Amino acid sequence: MTEAGVAARRVPLLEAIGISKSYGALRANDAIDLAVAEGEIHALLGENGAGKSTLVKIFYGLLEPSAGELRWRGAPIALASPAEARSLGIAMVFQHFSLFENLTVAENVALGLPRSEPMAGLAGRVRDISRAYGLPLDPHREVWRLSVGERQRIEIVRALLQDPRLLILDEPTAVLTPQEGEQLFAALDKLRRERRAILYISHKLEEVQRLCDVATVLRAGKVVTTCDPQQESSASLARMMVGETVPPVRRTAVARRSTTRLRVSHLNHAADDPHGVSLVDVTLEVMGGEILGIAGVAGNGQDELFAVLSGETPVSNADAIAIDGKAAGTATITERRRMGAAFVPEERLGHAAAPRQTLSANVLLTGHATGGLVRHGIVDRKETTTRMEAICRTFDVRKAAGDPEARTLSGGNLQKFVVGREIVQVPNVLVIAQPTWGVDAGAAAAIQRALLDLAARGSAVLVISQDLDELLQISDRIAVMFNGRLSKPMMAETVGREEIGLLMGGVIASHVSQSGHAARP
Amino acid sequence: MRLVLEPRPTHSWPAAVAAPIVAIALTLLAGGVLFALIGRDPVEALATYFFEPLTDAWALQEIVVKATPLALIALGLSLCFLSNNWNIGAEGQFVVGAICGGGIAVAVQGTEAGGWVLPAMILAGMIGGAAYALLPAVLKVRFGASEILTSLMLVYIAELLLDYLVRGPWRDPQGFNFPTTAPFEDAAIMPLLIEGSRVHWGAAVALVGALVMTAMLGRTLSGFKIILVGQAPRAGRFAGFSDKRLVLTTFAVSGALAGLAGVMEVAGPIGQLQPDISPGYGFTAIIVALLGRLHPIGIVAAALFLALTFIGGESAQITLKVPLDLTLVFQGILLFFVLACDTLVVYRLRIAKRSTTS
Repeated sequence: MTEAGVAARRVPLLEAIGISKSYGALRANDAIDLAVAEGEIHALLGENGAGKSTLVKIFYGLLEPSAGELRWRGAPIALASPAEARSLGIAMVFQHFSLFENLTVAENVALGLPRSEPMAGLAGRVRDISRAYGLPLDPHREVWRLSVGERQRIEIVRALLQDPRLLILDEPTAVLTPQEGEQLFAALDKLRRERRAILYISHKLEEVQRLCDVATVLRAGKVVTTCDPQQESSASLARMMVGETVPPVRRTAVARRSTTRLRVSHLNHAADDPHGVSLVDVTLEVMGGEILGIAGVAGNGQDELFAVLSGETPVSNADAIAIDGKAAGTATITERRRMGAAFVPEERLGHAAAPRQTLSANVLLTGHATGGLVRHGIVDRKETTTRMEAICRTFDVRKAAGDPEARTLSGGNLQKFVVGREIVQVPNVLVIAQPTWGVDAGAAAAIQRALLDLAARGSAVLVISQDLDELLQISDRIAVMFNGRLSKPMMAETVGREEIGLLMGGVIASHVSQSGHAARP
Repeated sequence: MRLVLEPRPTHSWPAAVAAPIVAIALTLLAGGVLFALIGRDPVEALATYFFEPLTDAWALQEIVVKATPLALIALGLSLCFLSNNWNIGAEGQFVVGAICGGGIAVAVQGTEAGGWVLPAMILAGMIGGAAYALLPAVLKVRFGASEILTSLMLVYIAELLLDYLVRGPWRDPQGFNFPTTAPFEDAAIMPLLIEGSRVHWGAAVALVGALVMTAMLGRTLSGFKIILVGQAPRAGRFAGFSDKRLVLTTFAVSGALAGLAGVMEVAGPIGQLQPDISPGYGFTAIIVALLGRLHPIGIVAAALFLALTFIGGESAQITLKVPLDLTLVFQGILLFFVLACDTLVVYRLRIAKRSTTS
């Protein structure tokens, strides 16, 4: 290490000293100390609700801390807005992108830049930077044509155009195929060699161990430790995060298969939205006692498949979908629930649950269909409350006392709630999308275990997920969705990660359809 | 330097209750400034407007008379607004209700028809109002037409239809060419709630309606549907509630209540059909619904307050010689402050310094 490098290590680029942030009685951040040095990839690890997002929002000028001090190269700073953070050299790539689908890559980049930035030559700069970091992008393509991984590149390139000294990434690999993840790691490594600092939020312990130089672990708003992740095991990191040992979830035995409980045959569905994906000749079968996993990069028809299976978008052919042998293609979601099916969509807030409604009202949201909660049109509030408390007890949902609004729960707890809400009714068929999306390790394990238990009781479980590790862990068979088509299912025990990755990227299409099809437009 | 609205991370419950009260206080303040500008003593003028009616028994009764249609219409509108449907045409549904109910009263004149007349009028008024409200609802569901525009435009059609009827086919032959129908016969008149006043049974209907609606919104699956679809449309679809059907039902109920208010107005205080049967109840009820925070009990209170502005406006016209239109100015100012305060409950105002990079 050079002299300058040693000096840089001594004075951190960004230092947080005793940062606290309170929302009413809740202390989201409690006296957090953290130092990010130049040329280091610093992992921020923690359960959902541990305070990671709050902390990085303070670093990016989106939130003001209640107490504590931020220092930039040793000098105290106060960040009133993201613009001020950017002018110092802090850039952030959020988990949810803010892109305009109908605009091109270059236009989207221009919108995120300060007004003083010249438009001319921007497309060229976008191409140069994206190439230099191995994240190729065509600046003249409309965003809606791009995969999620490519969209993330836009956000990264937009951040890099401002030549940041500190780049904050919020769970960047959550939306990537394994191959896309590799490309991102290579780019981050190059940034590190350029002596930029990276603050990397992730739940995936293995990639943190592989990539990061330092890890700061948060739990309940406090720093548990700052350590060298390469010196730790995955188990010890998980223990620090959760505060208890998390036994890995595994399938206990090959499921005892019974009859087919969910059958989809030659399902075609044209997208009603010009940016949507049409489903083409989708066929699948899920037996009682089985978990079928559907892998794929987001935006390849999974949302459409979920909507068609749940009945939010009924199809014209009744026989295309059968629940327990009964034709259900034209049935509404309420009718399908009465046939014994249950559904958990990807979005927790606003889709699975109404943010400003109480938890007991959110029990009613799906429970009204199947009886027990409504008599002669009148809601039995005692019963909804009892069922809500039972769900929270069984699935260890941590909430404020009483019946709080759904939006007050942390992501992991709300996810346990919306999954638990369906599982307590022991559905014959469960269709669930992204069961552990953005959920901490403890909650994820609980949800996965509940899915395995449900299957063991004879239910058919269909899991749509972008998390390949999860699917390999809990599924009996895995099929891959690409461009609205579903591959033949493969046994999870024997299939190679490589093969699934290539199917996800549309590189090999032999499984996908006999007629063959072009790569992404 | 520029102003930005930022969403507040938490919404405080007391602030939501305080907002309408603050809005009223600011309206009084702005009204005082307005009076001072036109050369009246602000304190005296505000007292005439907002306080003196409360000390007079006749004026108090009149407040109830005027609050009745306001509350009924606003109760219906609140269902639309809660489910995110914007029925702006209650004035037209009110007029059509009056026409349909009044038409029966006109038809039975001189026939000595008995006790069935008033119930039939009320039923016809509600059906007429509901049918008229279903026009914009169907246009929205079927063609995606903005219900704000279509419902508003239908108001003028209804008013012109009434104008035509009372000047043409339904005009009283013994009426010296005045554009009114003959006065309704006793069988077509609302019974009074308080003898010797103009307060009729409609006031009780409005109050019972508010209680029923409170229970409906808080306790039934139908109420849950309305609120859920309005608050979180996607979760509403996931719950299996059809938003299209909800557009139709909320518009129909809202139109029926406006039609009911219309028929009770012509069968009550007015007692006949004439070109002007409303001082803008259908539009003022929008302010009532919002000022009452879309809650039935709040709506009753807000209806009484806005009725006060009508009565106060009349007495101010007499004693202060200010134009009656000042009442509408007050209502406009009130609506402005209600919306502004509601915005500030959800957002906070921040002054953003020009950052160095932009």
